[in-house]
Amino acid sequence: MAQTIEAPIRIEEPTAGEERREDRPWIVIVWNDPVNLMTYVTLVFQKLFGYSRAKAETLMLQVHHEGKAIVSSGTREKCELDVSKLHAAGLWATLTQD
Amino acid sequence: MPFRRPVTPLRDGGYRLRLGERERDAVSGLCDELRDLVEADDESVARLFPAAYGDDRQASEEYDRLVRGSLTSGRLEALRIVQETVEAERLDHEQLEAWCSALNDLRLVLGERLGVTEELYETEIDPRDPRAAQLGLYTWLTWLQGSVVDALASRLPDR
Repeated sequence: MAQTIEAPIRIEEPTAGEERREDRPWIVIVWNDPVNLMTYVTLVFQKLFGYSRAKAETLMLQVHHEGKAIVSSGTREKCELDVSKLHAAGLWATLTQD
Repeated sequence: MPFRRPVTPLRDGGYRLRLGERERDAVSGLCDELRDLVEADDESVARLFPAAYGDDRQASEEYDRLVRGSLTSGRLEALRIVQETVEAERLDHEQLEAWCSALNDLRLVLGERLGVTEELYETEIDPRDPRAAQLGLYTWLTWLQGSVVDALASRLPDR
């Protein structure tokens, strides 16, 4: 999938050594819960993220069997937006810095 | 009942909704109840507004201030559409999506109240369980939402 570049252009040279904390990407995690139907979770992943049915099912099964799955990543703003869409759909989602 | 499909896609892009009068009354009554709880910001609907940051309470509160209004109005809008179409024989796509959201919210709140676990789906409801009637209602909502999801999924590309 195509992704827009949202990070500002960095002017200063990156410092050698450890990656700066603010540069690390954010990730969106969906957690397992006993209510949301497996077919519903797959449908939500397809609709919200445009994932293929196969990819959406793989992620859904990962949530079901392993308790959680990373479903998207990017800037903090993008991840907050993704989380709010998942919350609107009733899924249990959080974001964190990778 | 398990072999009846309440929601089926139609050739014109809409969906047929086959529900009995008592079933429609039940949907309507539950939507009324949920609307009141959401409007009152009752603690029983907390599951509909999870924390966005598992490990950062302050960030979660900021997020909540930012999105709570739109999450609430989206939920009330879905409930309103279901109420408006509760007697309908045919739903369009947008209306069925509202049914899907509202039914899911009802299941989340009822499931939380009943302490539903994944084992529920594999066992018979014990009629002596004091929660039996509510569990029956929850199971019926699950069956209905399952049919809604199947109908919506049938419109998505297979790949």
